[in-house]
Amino acid sequence: MKGERKKAFGSSILLLTLFLSLWQLTTKPAVQGKSQGLPGPAAVAARAWEMVSDPFYDRGPNDKGIGIQLTYSLGRLLLGYSAAAVVAIFLGVLLGLSPALYRALNPYIQILKPISPLAWMPLFLYTIKDSGWSAVMVIFMSSLWPILANTAFGVAGIKRDYLNVSALLQLSWLRRLWKVVLPAAAPAIVAGLRISIGSAWVAIVAAEMLIGGTGIGYFVWNEWNNLQLTSVIFAILMTGLVGVVLDMGFGSLAKVVTYRE
Amino acid sequence: MPRCDDIASSVDQSLVATDKLKSSESILATNSQSVESLLEGAVEKAVNAAIFGSELGRREFLRLVGAGTASAIVSSIFPLDPAKALAQEKTRPIEKKELKVGFIPITCATPIIMAEPMGFYKKHGLDVQVYKASGWAMIRDMSINSETDATHMLTPMPLAISMGIGSQAVPYLMPAVENINGQAITLHIKHKGVKEAKDMKGFKFCVPFDYSMHNFLLRYYLAEGGIDPDKDVQIRVVPPPEMVANLKAGNVDGYLAPDPFNQRAVYEDAGFIFMLSKEIWPGHPCCAFAARKEFAEKNPNTFQALFKSIVEATQYAHQASNRKEIAAAIAPRNFLNQPVEVVEQVLTGVFPDGLGNNKNVPDRIDFDPFPYHSMAIWILTQMKRWGYIKQDVNYKKIAQEVYLAAGCREVMKSLGYKAPAQNSTKHQFTLGKNKLFDPDAPENYVRAFAIRRS
Repeated sequence: MKGERKKAFGSSILLLTLFLSLWQLTTKPAVQGKSQGLPGPAAVAARAWEMVSDPFYDRGPNDKGIGIQLTYSLGRLLLGYSAAAVVAIFLGVLLGLSPALYRALNPYIQILKPISPLAWMPLFLYTIKDSGWSAVMVIFMSSLWPILANTAFGVAGIKRDYLNVSALLQLSWLRRLWKVVLPAAAPAIVAGLRISIGSAWVAIVAAEMLIGGTGIGYFVWNEWNNLQLTSVIFAILMTGLVGVVLDMGFGSLAKVVTYRE
Repeated sequence: MPRCDDIASSVDQSLVATDKLKSSESILATNSQSVESLLEGAVEKAVNAAIFGSELGRREFLRLVGAGTASAIVSSIFPLDPAKALAQEKTRPIEKKELKVGFIPITCATPIIMAEPMGFYKKHGLDVQVYKASGWAMIRDMSINSETDATHMLTPMPLAISMGIGSQAVPYLMPAVENINGQAITLHIKHKGVKEAKDMKGFKFCVPFDYSMHNFLLRYYLAEGGIDPDKDVQIRVVPPPEMVANLKAGNVDGYLAPDPFNQRAVYEDAGFIFMLSKEIWPGHPCCAFAARKEFAEKNPNTFQALFKSIVEATQYAHQASNRKEIAAAIAPRNFLNQPVEVVEQVLTGVFPDGLGNNKNVPDRIDFDPFPYHSMAIWILTQMKRWGYIKQDVNYKKIAQEVYLAAGCREVMKSLGYKAPAQNSTKHQFTLGKNKLFDPDAPENYVRAFAIRRS
């Protein structure tokens, strides 16, 4: 087992080196300070170092360091995502426990689910009248459906025996929810949360490219303005890294809540 | 026949009135000491006039009793000091000092942007943050939602928004034009052989927004060359920053766009400058400074201070000798985020055109704040012509309500600049069958076009 892991790790490193050297080789050298075509990994690394070594600079409302931009994005993510989690878990439990309600609401959920969260932006801007909160609402919409669907699925799939036993013990509704329903459905709920955090992080970049001002999405847009591709590639890498960290967090949470029957 | 200029809208007139009150202040805006003494003098003069009836009567009285005694006597009859204080206070309080002004990162916004790093807002007692927006729809919604206090807009936008066309209807004021000229038709390098509009059949073009001079000038140019802009070509709305990337990728054949994105296409070897917009209509307006009418009415002094900062910055940008300094101030990442070299080529008018020529066109872009009502009327004729406006239009009324020509004249004069005497003028085009635009006959003008949608 250990040997296999080492082998996989070695192959990963090998692939990366291969990719980077191919990339560098196909990059045309800069002429008079102007890059020709796509910048190479060396140029991106230099840029990344410049950005990472001073992550919290603030040179006015439209130019802030990468650390500040990521903080803004994560802040929006946290707000929209936690609101969505609360609403979706609550609704999901209701739908999971009541097949009739589930059937009544299902057609609407199916229609709303595939809508790109960004398509809501103009409506939010018109109604909420604030671009920052509109971006948060976009995150809300993007995280809502996976959590809702997974929670309803998990709750509906709880063994009848568990519910029968809790009824036999005459547990109150709240205790039944807290002691039986939620723990039993927890693995499914966490799976939904994990899918959602990914889609929310994907949506925030797009939303911030639209609203401008702050956040990693705005950073990408602002650098695109200047066709500063080194910065764009750097921002893409940073977005990926943060995404991995978020996903890992939910991965370990999933381990905690899984149980064997 | 009464000309439209003579009937300034009520808003415009009230602005003039408030401004007249303060015009003495603005002349000496940098020297508060002399402002106060000037005001005191004015108050004393007014009181003297009231008491003695005329300057002659006062002199007679002075000769009899001496200046000191006269002043004391007048003070005993009329409380001069509180009156002086009152007059001074009227010029002072700015209702809202900390403001947010939206902009799109293009050279048209030069005065709005530079006024921050170069201190024009501060000079008029304001603490302004200029906030970069990603596109015109966004900047419109942010302004309508009061997220920004005042904003950079395209000259047709305040008209369209006030009329509720392509937007919810919100009354807007446009106190000043930002830039005149300064746009260009840029084509992909593969189209170097293109000589006239006829060669552009089947092209895909970008413009920054439906309600933009870019859209109307491109349509005008194509239609005058016999190309129907709705049938023979495709015109897409693309935010300016994304145009160069699209041109480079070959997604589009060209665009009529604001700078620096024309010059940037040359810099990137992606395109060449086919025609400067001033070759269609020399002195055409492009971008503007605008605010919700409600904001101006609630904060008249703040609005005035902003108005003055913008007019002053615009006049400063008008001076060719200042352009290099301005280019260096607005190029950084916080503002335009462009290479200084490119911004300089745009602002100084010394630039390579992408065809191997080095051009020298000092008025490639120019800055002139005066919002002629006739400019608004021309824009409205084009909105009517291309079917953006379906109903009948009261051209003059809308122009007067939105474009503050008289207010701008007063502000310009109060700052010591020359201003046009008329609110409207006949505009001369260099291109087309009907080269003279008469703002007094807009409907005839629309009907004279062979290619139109209405």
